[in-house]
Amino acid sequence: MRKALGLIVLVGAPLYLRHRRQAARERVYLHFDDGSTITLADDAPAAERLLALTRQAL
Amino acid sequence: MDAAAAALADLMEISSQIEAAVVVRLDGAVVAAEPETERERLARAGIALLDAAEEDFGGRRSVTRLEVALHESSVFALRDSDLRIFARTSAGPASGLVFYDLATCLQAVAAAQIAPKPRRRTSKKTQATADA
Repeated sequence: MRKALGLIVLVGAPLYLRHRRQAARERVYLHFDDGSTITLADDAPAAERLLALTRQAL
Repeated sequence: MDAAAAALADLMEISSQIEAAVVVRLDGAVVAAEPETERERLARAGIALLDAAEEDFGGRRSVTRLEVALHESSVFALRDSDLRIFARTSAGPASGLVFYDLATCLQAVAAAQIAPKPRRRTSKKTQATADA
């Protein structure tokens, strides 16, 4: 039982932390008229301009 | 209150996550804003964002929806054929719901702009009384 609990913590904790980190990141989502979408994370060079414009505006 | 302002007021009432919204025509004229204090700032930001996204990622296809999620808040933009709607929300919004609410609001505003204003008619009964 203890081993199983330890394994869950060992595997689950990094996954949970990774999920939290991902959720907290700034992002840009774009949807196009052809049905395609693009998601840009904050470290993507292409997202910088849009993120900067939004920060400036708010 | 005109139809566009009423649609925006409904939007703000329905969605607890939307803090401000503005409807803008393609020529940049603001149709309605809620609250009025955000009118110019949100319209300018939304137009700049959509234009920048179109410039960087457009080309053969055009951007119809955009969401920029920051730590403290998010900005949404949605484009119809003649109108655009921009909204600022609290942090971590349910994007699908916000887009749905914005699309519904935009449809209501578009429908109100197309629909002719109701004309005042004199009823037959009143006319008959007047004739007699």
